[in-house]
Amino acid sequence: MIDAHIVVRRPAFTLDIALEVAEGEVVALLGPNGAGKSTTLRALAGLLPLSEGHIRVGGEEWRHRPADERPVGMVFQDYLLFPHLTALDNVAFGPRCQGVRRSEARRLAAEWLSRVGLAEHAGRRPRTLSGGQAQRVALARALAVRPRLLLLDEPLSALDVDTRREIRAGLRRHLAEFDGASLLVTHDPLDAMALADRLVVVEDGRVVQEGAPAHIARHPRTDYVARLVGLNLYRGVAEGHDVKLERLTLSVAESLGGEVFLAFPPSAVALFRRRPEGSPRNLWEATVGGIEPYGDQVRVHLEGPLPAAADITPAALAELGLAEGGPVWAAVKAAETHAYPA
Amino acid sequence: MNRRAPWALVLPALVALAFLVLPVAGLLVRAPWSTLGTRLAQPEILDALRLSVVCATLATVVCLFLGVPLAWVLARVSFPGRRLVRALVTVPLVLPPVVGGVALLLALGRNGLVGQWLYRWFGVSLPFTTAGVVVAEAFVALPFLVISVEGALRAADLRYEDAAATLGASRWTTFRRVTLPLIAPGIGAGAVLCWARALGEFGATITFAGNFPGRTQTMPLAVYLALENDPQAAIVLSLVLLAVSVVVLAGLRGRWTS
Repeated sequence: MIDAHIVVRRPAFTLDIALEVAEGEVVALLGPNGAGKSTTLRALAGLLPLSEGHIRVGGEEWRHRPADERPVGMVFQDYLLFPHLTALDNVAFGPRCQGVRRSEARRLAAEWLSRVGLAEHAGRRPRTLSGGQAQRVALARALAVRPRLLLLDEPLSALDVDTRREIRAGLRRHLAEFDGASLLVTHDPLDAMALADRLVVVEDGRVVQEGAPAHIARHPRTDYVARLVGLNLYRGVAEGHDVKLERLTLSVAESLGGEVFLAFPPSAVALFRRRPEGSPRNLWEATVGGIEPYGDQVRVHLEGPLPAAADITPAALAELGLAEGGPVWAAVKAAETHAYPA
Repeated sequence: MNRRAPWALVLPALVALAFLVLPVAGLLVRAPWSTLGTRLAQPEILDALRLSVVCATLATVVCLFLGVPLAWVLARVSFPGRRLVRALVTVPLVLPPVVGGVALLLALGRNGLVGQWLYRWFGVSLPFTTAGVVVAEAFVALPFLVISVEGALRAADLRYEDAAATLGASRWTTFRRVTLPLIAPGIGAGAVLCWARALGEFGATITFAGNFPGRTQTMPLAVYLALENDPQAAIVLSLVLLAVSVVVLAGLRGRWTS
């Protein structure tokens, strides 16, 4: 069990994060660039002193322990494999530092390399390895020290899309087999959702939201998270099934009271050229702010009383004859909105 | 369109080039090529050459053992007065070598600050010995090594050292197994510079170690002396030093400079 409260003060930035990671659990720190994610990892690894706080691992205080005395494995963003050592010697480096005899360290390293599927690349130098292979050597090197805490800094960000998918699957399996605590840093929600049991969203040096990936995907609490999971997000005051937003009141399926968040996916928004017959309840007149392709759909950015993104088909776009700056009627079904306490 | 280079720059540039090349050309033109073989085989020349190479190599080894750690401390440890220490390291660089020799005598001479204790306790006296030559050369050449190794250390990616630390490597292990191999090219370049400087060293050597053939008379000293009574021999000796410099330069170009 890792229990950490990490405070790092810089002239223009303060990181203040409390974290708990259980043995066998995989936690993802998700956040925009500059949020303090990598700083958190460096502090846990002992590469950066805390200004305040604690790092307790199984009851032991790590705060004043130097990096080389912490049982931590770290996979760096660009792997940092030692260029002058072979893949095998890179992996054997950790065990050697722990006092394992050379032949035994190399045997262990060979075992780890074969576990990540690179047995036949043991003699290669890092610069002759592909990105995906280097990533796996870095993972093997970090695991070979038998860490209690595994730290991964953007482990997949240096890979191209296809390699990434393949390596992500492999990484998921190795993380599942690893019995210590794992903490990974990413700004890619897909990596976070695919790899982690729990997400901790960090913005501007603080935790803004944490929970299971599925829960966060449905209940974003900041604009950043809403954008990541692809939802329109608003804050308002609920009274029964009505939620009063800044300039509009929408009705929702849930019955709530007080401050709430209200979210709906862009695909739940229907667009009309004229005010539709029978007037559905959540209807408003908007202005088209922008139109852009979005996968095989078209994303329409709406301005007006309720700024929102709406996804429609290219055929619907042609039929509606939308133009930027032009008027449009928008509606969202109560059943597809989702409100939850703020 | 290619714009014409102004004469105000081209002319001095050509003069500078001639100024650098002419003396060397003169050396080649006036060399006694016909008797070169026999002269080269003279025992005095071979003695001086051997002594020079041995002393320069030993001085380089001394510089490596002392200079690399000093460069590491300057590059990796922050301590009060670091800038002052760095300035002190470069003093032998700007000090006239003769003054360096005098300073060495005052420090390591038989009555010197440290030298008297060396003599009293260990019976060691450095001035006017072959070891003295090595000391004088190392004194003058050390800054070259420290500066180029410190530069390499500063340019090296510190994150490799972080990676080593997370793998459980102490700072000493990290230095030995990660930093040193990573900056090997910088150390090589520094060692070559250091060796070349030691090989050509004159002022500090003659002041501190004297000029005894076979013991402390290195090539540069032999050249200077030969010029008085046998100018032809001076030219031959100079040619040998020139050849050595060219070989060193070629080695540097191939491996360590672009």
